[in-house]
Amino acid sequence: MTPMQKLLQLPVNAMNMVKTAQDQMGQQDEAKSPVMTPDGGNHNWYNGEPNDPRHIRFGSGGGDQEERAHLEEGGGSLSSLVTQPLRHDDLKEMLDSNKDSLKLEAMKRIVAMIARGKNASDLFPAVVKNVACKNIEVKKLVYVYLVRYAEEQQDLALLSISTFQRGLKDPNQLIRASALRVLSSIRVTIIVPIMMLAIKEAASDMSPYVRKTAAHAIPKLYSLDPEQKDCLIEVIEKLLADKTTLVAGSVVMAFEEVCPERIDLIHKNYRKLCNLLIDVEEWGQVVIINMLTRYARTQFLNPNMNESLLEEGGGEKAFYGSDNDDDTDDEEDKEEKEKKKTEATAIVKRKPYVMDPDHRLLLRNTKPLLQSRNAAVVMAVAQLYFHLAPKAEVGVIAKALVRLMRSHSEVQYVVLQNVATMSIKRRGMFEPYLKSFYIRSTDPTQIKVLKLEVLTNLANETNISTILREFQTYIKSNDKDFVAATIQAIGRCATNIGEVRDTCLNGLVQLLSNRDELVVAESVVVIKKLLQMQPEQHSDIIKHMAKLTDNIQVPMARASILWLIGEYCEHVPKIAPDVLRKMAKTFTNEEDIVKLQIINLAAKLYLTNSKQTKLLTQYVLNLAKYDQNYDIRDRARFIRQLIVPTDKSGALSKYAKKLFLALKPAPVLESPFKDRDHFQLGSLSHLLNAKAGGYQVLPDWPEAAPDPSVRNVEVPEWTKCSSREKRKEKKADKPFYSDSEGESGPTESADSASDTASGSESGSGSEESGSGSESEESNEDSESASEEDEEEEGKKKKKNVEKIKARKPVPESESEPSSGEEVKKSEKKSKPRIGSSESESEEDEDSESESSESEEEESEEESEEETKKKKKTTASKPPSKPPKKENKKEKKEMSLLDFDDFDPAPSPSQVTPLNNFLSSSLVTDLEGLSLTDNVLSPTTIVPSGNLKTYELLHRITGEGLSVEYCFSRQPFSPDPHMVAVKIQFTNSATSEAKSLHVEDAKLQSGMRIKEFPEIEVLPAGETVSVVMGIDFCDSTQAANFQLCTHTRKFFVSIQPPVGELMMPIFMTENEFKKEQETLLQSLGQLMGMNEITEKLTLEEKCQGEHAVVQRVTTAANLSRVPCGSDKECSPPVPPPPFPIHRFAGKTVTSGSLVLVSVVTKEDGAAQLTVNCEKMVIGTMLVKDILQALTQ
Amino acid sequence: MINSLFLINPSGEIFLEKHWKSVVSRSVCDYFLEAKEKALEPEDVPPVIHTPHHYLISIYRDKLFFLSVIQTEVPPLFVIEFLHRVAEMIQDYFGECSETVVKDHMVMVYELLEEMLDNGFPLATESNVLKEMIRPPTILRSVVNTLTGTSNVGDTLPTGQPSTIPWRRAGVRYTNNEAYFDVVEEIDAILDQSGTTVFAEIQGVVEACVKLSGMPDLTLSFMNPRLLDDVSFHPCVRYKLWESERVLSFIPPDGNFTLMTYHVNAQNLVAIPVYVKQSISFFECGSDGRLDVTVGPKQTMGKTVEGVMVTVHLPKTILSINLTATQGSYTYDNGTKLLVWDIGKLNPQKLPNLRGSLSLQAGAPKPEENPSLNIDLNIQQLAISGLKVNRLDMFGEKYKPFKGVKYITKAGKFQVRT
Repeated sequence: MTPMQKLLQLPVNAMNMVKTAQDQMGQQDEAKSPVMTPDGGNHNWYNGEPNDPRHIRFGSGGGDQEERAHLEEGGGSLSSLVTQPLRHDDLKEMLDSNKDSLKLEAMKRIVAMIARGKNASDLFPAVVKNVACKNIEVKKLVYVYLVRYAEEQQDLALLSISTFQRGLKDPNQLIRASALRVLSSIRVTIIVPIMMLAIKEAASDMSPYVRKTAAHAIPKLYSLDPEQKDCLIEVIEKLLADKTTLVAGSVVMAFEEVCPERIDLIHKNYRKLCNLLIDVEEWGQVVIINMLTRYARTQFLNPNMNESLLEEGGGEKAFYGSDNDDDTDDEEDKEEKEKKKTEATAIVKRKPYVMDPDHRLLLRNTKPLLQSRNAAVVMAVAQLYFHLAPKAEVGVIAKALVRLMRSHSEVQYVVLQNVATMSIKRRGMFEPYLKSFYIRSTDPTQIKVLKLEVLTNLANETNISTILREFQTYIKSNDKDFVAATIQAIGRCATNIGEVRDTCLNGLVQLLSNRDELVVAESVVVIKKLLQMQPEQHSDIIKHMAKLTDNIQVPMARASILWLIGEYCEHVPKIAPDVLRKMAKTFTNEEDIVKLQIINLAAKLYLTNSKQTKLLTQYVLNLAKYDQNYDIRDRARFIRQLIVPTDKSGALSKYAKKLFLALKPAPVLESPFKDRDHFQLGSLSHLLNAKAGGYQVLPDWPEAAPDPSVRNVEVPEWTKCSSREKRKEKKADKPFYSDSEGESGPTESADSASDTASGSESGSGSEESGSGSESEESNEDSESASEEDEEEEGKKKKKNVEKIKARKPVPESESEPSSGEEVKKSEKKSKPRIGSSESESEEDEDSESESSESEEEESEEESEEETKKKKKTTASKPPSKPPKKENKKEKKEMSLLDFDDFDPAPSPSQVTPLNNFLSSSLVTDLEGLSLTDNVLSPTTIVPSGNLKTYELLHRITGEGLSVEYCFSRQPFSPDPHMVAVKIQFTNSATSEAKSLHVEDAKLQSGMRIKEFPEIEVLPAGETVSVVMGIDFCDSTQAANFQLCTHTRKFFVSIQPPVGELMMPIFMTENEFKKEQETLLQSLGQLMGMNEITEKLTLEEKCQGEHAVVQRVTTAANLSRVPCGSDKECSPPVPPPPFPIHRFAGKTVTSGSLVLVSVVTKEDGAAQLTVNCEKMVIGTMLVKDILQALTQ
Repeated sequence: MINSLFLINPSGEIFLEKHWKSVVSRSVCDYFLEAKEKALEPEDVPPVIHTPHHYLISIYRDKLFFLSVIQTEVPPLFVIEFLHRVAEMIQDYFGECSETVVKDHMVMVYELLEEMLDNGFPLATESNVLKEMIRPPTILRSVVNTLTGTSNVGDTLPTGQPSTIPWRRAGVRYTNNEAYFDVVEEIDAILDQSGTTVFAEIQGVVEACVKLSGMPDLTLSFMNPRLLDDVSFHPCVRYKLWESERVLSFIPPDGNFTLMTYHVNAQNLVAIPVYVKQSISFFECGSDGRLDVTVGPKQTMGKTVEGVMVTVHLPKTILSINLTATQGSYTYDNGTKLLVWDIGKLNPQKLPNLRGSLSLQAGAPKPEENPSLNIDLNIQQLAISGLKVNRLDMFGEKYKPFKGVKYITKAGKFQVRT
């Protein structure tokens, strides 16, 4: 039923609706969504007639390209028209009820309908209402429904968006993840910006599970709107840097779908991916391995370079060699090998090939995966080895592939296809497993044929007799297709191996007397090919075959016999004309290919033996002239002109004999799998032998290797301790999935389930390395941590001292020695992991010595720091970059280098101040001037004197040690997502405190801390300040940890005021307004909660502008937005007389914008507006600022 | 990657469909049904079919077709392996994988599928993870569900996050802590007419049923690990430790799982536990033939061979048979020409024998090939390769678990050519 017909039956007011339905049809056909007008012009149509939705279904239900389906489904709903509305009404009623159980029952029925493929789209309005249902079961089913039908009912689907947006902010990571998952699964174009935003945010979520979901969402968004590609690539780039195994597989999948050509994104992550690979879940492994195969093909040199050069020289000869060659093959082989060897060495000398350590890394790290239970993983590794490994190493995959052959028959099918391709190039690899390819009568035919193919490929002089014996069994099979394939296989063996040619031929001739016609026919065809190789010796076989024309009916076989007789008519001069005679009799009843061959035979006989056959030929040609098939008519005409000499005959007829009876080259029986390996093995394209959509061509090896240094990264933790090895060490008390381990990086503490002491320790140790480049330090940390596990504290102290001593001679500003030390460590660590760690250490060295500039700087700083420690000054490092700005009150924070006149102060080692030379006093001065000058970049201006200190440990509880902390409001350089907390230790006891450090952090999920470097000694009466970083995950929950001295441990906690969870950013007034707008509008009206407004009365003292600014900036770490002098551009709502103070910042962890504006009116009345995506933060901030301004 | 999934029963009815991306019309299955019509046996349907717009990758399992629709390049094994996981998951949840079971639990299967793939890419395929999200049905719970109208979706979300070890759910508690391991070995063999071994090998698998509380860390070691030639592991097994020390060290999933599969070194000669004397002959002139099969024990290591069964696919031209068995009973299906002789325990004193006459259809030519015999058998308490578990140690938990190991030898693809 066409939409037009439908239209005629519809009431007029349904017109609009049908149009929509048509639109949707069109959309499905073109796989392109219509652009919806955002003004919602067609918002009302679904409120139309109660039975309207049914009509929609007609239009859209079967709207796929298959016309038949369309009709069927249309018919289906017609027949059920009578019953369905009633049932649907029932369901609607149930959905509208208050009882969850009824709703659930209804949803179950609906989902069952969907599962059966029945249409339930007209229930959409009723279902979508329940999206916010509290009952989790109902909710889940509603999600299922939504994902299925949202695409068809885009407008209605929009109603559900706000629910998901709320879900995106939920504290429970599973809810966040599922909200993102559903949001990204409803294919509605209009929400693309919302999806984009959600993905971006989720990509920096602290939960790896949510980040994984974000990675999954990327291809969904891409398929919905390919124009987002650039933005998505950014997200992919970010996620690629993620260090959790959970994310790795999914993001590589996104990479493959969105931007497989951007191979450059992989460089920095290459080593990480290689190292993580073993712990990634199975499906991710497949995707990563396939991608890395392609990567390696572009980045490394062909390890078989020299051999392939040789192959061009002499390799070919042996394979296609004639009989004589074959006979003496063994000896010759040896000789040739000798020759090759010498040649090879010559070539090696000329152009030495050294495998890139990264190439080696890949091969080594994938090898254990051959033991995976997942066939796809094994196959992926196998293809990687086949395409990338040096010839000598490829052999290892054979065993694993043969193992897969015992799996399900579908798996066998795919594996055999690949083995067939491999066995052509690398026959030796599978030879030991020859018997595993023997065929059972119970195998499905397709498996049999493939096994046969492999057996044929594996045949050589030594095993051919076994194989032929096996083939003899197969020929007796009842499965005739299989028998035919066997005969062809025998033929191929015969052509390839000269020794057995006669044996095979004899065997095949015996088959000619087989009772089964198919077998005979196939034999004839194969014999024909074999005979072409040496026809002289086999005229009796040709005679025998000539007799067969009486019996064989299979056209291909008849044609083959006729061709043979024609071709070698000189060998059978008596029989040939007789055959032609018989054929002429039956000509009209023959198949086309036979007819063509009869004409052919006639022509050839006419040329050689025209006396006997002239008349016959003419008769045949005359018959052919009136044949129905134009091919045959054409051929007859052409041949007549060519062979029958007439006056008009052209110049060619002289050459007729040469043309027809030229010596034809013997056919080469080739495997259909030859050269299939230009497709990446294991791929769908390889299986089909045709390029499938989205197939990425496996590139050829480059001539010269691209620069390997692109893969260098700042020395990461994971090169030093693989998770597996760690498992071994800490087997007893540690969960071993790498997620919980150090190497998985900064955002790891989400896995707080593994809150064992060692867990958090190693976790935080890695944070250091993950976040910064201070590998040296982190290494030390983790090491000392593990030492602590084993040794007593006294011992440990001694060790530490030793360590310091050992470091003494470290020369300044030289990074090499320290990295050298590290190499030793890493070597030590990597030994238990891999037997031959030679290449690994090499590679470590590589990455370390070629470390980037910044690293060198860092280590320079470090070494300076060390020298300082040596001097027993408690100061930590002086920043090498010029120090910028310090706080007046925090005198001790002043840097050492450039301001000699200040007291040498213990400055936080990790703080790298930004690039502005402002002393704190200057800052205050500047603040007074309303900061209109952008050049001064007031982003980091902190109101001086306002840093509030909190007590962490009281003098009495701390037994003389008192600890205070404050939020220094400076960016924490090792990890910008952390809040810098300055901690000041004062030792008021009489004895010195030793080895102050942080231990055993009990953190909320997602939180992380980066502890300060251990303070070795704090003499009595002295004070020391250090800085540690805490990632509070944008929540005000306290970070709990233990503060340890050499004697005691104290439980302490740091709870941040909400204002400290953000950092100032600089923006102009216009930018501010724009951001405010976008926060309000981009998410639509549905996200009204982004803005919180409060009216208040300012306290008397604080009515001046300066006071307001100061109080707000004290309460929250925000920067003031300079108000433009040109008031014209400000919005009309707050009239110019009332000054607006604007402040901007972003949250430290997720970087969401925080915009605050205070409008002061007369009599101290004011209005405070906070815009923030994070509702909780917004509300708390309002509270805090209110308090600051009113008290 | 995977666009849609259709479940199709042997008669070609599509009884479940699930789409992970845009909906693909079920008419795409017509290409598959066409191929299915052409194939003689369900196993003969090509696993990969190329249609103008899609690629269809299917598996045949438990008398059901799992058909997936693919639009772009993807490793075929990836899809096949996943489809098998789906089948295993249904089996795991409902005890069997069949059309009725799927139809009975339509909603749950649909929800499971929803969780297993996201946008066509596998999300949660570990049974332990899935069970945390969607609880499997038990008799008690289904009674409760019908009474209270609740379903099996976890009513509270898992509080923490997906556990740190993806294959094990957190917070497992048992009163009886038990760990059982079954070492099952299968003999794959082809014997020729004269009884000589053409090809034989041993596949083994270690099936585990572990019900231990908390996070146990187990180590299983063998007396003679050298026997093992090629192994594959459940992801929980630590590769490196196997490489270096030849022990299986792992934190097990909860419940039943396959710990490892192995292949016994091909150099070792395989003991064939039974011999078969057979003669099947058809007379050239008359339209009948004779069948005479005797089975006897050969190398059984002193154990009794049980559950012996001989299966023969007789040629299509057989009209009827008339046999007598000295032990056990035989069944014959004239439609499929399948002869099954169930012998049971093998008695060395009195060898079971099956003999009698076969009659061919009148005028039909004598079959060229004699049908081959497929043998089934099992031997309890014996691993034919001689593999032995040495010990099982547990770390990480305080209690003392109950441990058990069982050995079974079975015939795998054991075929006698005649």
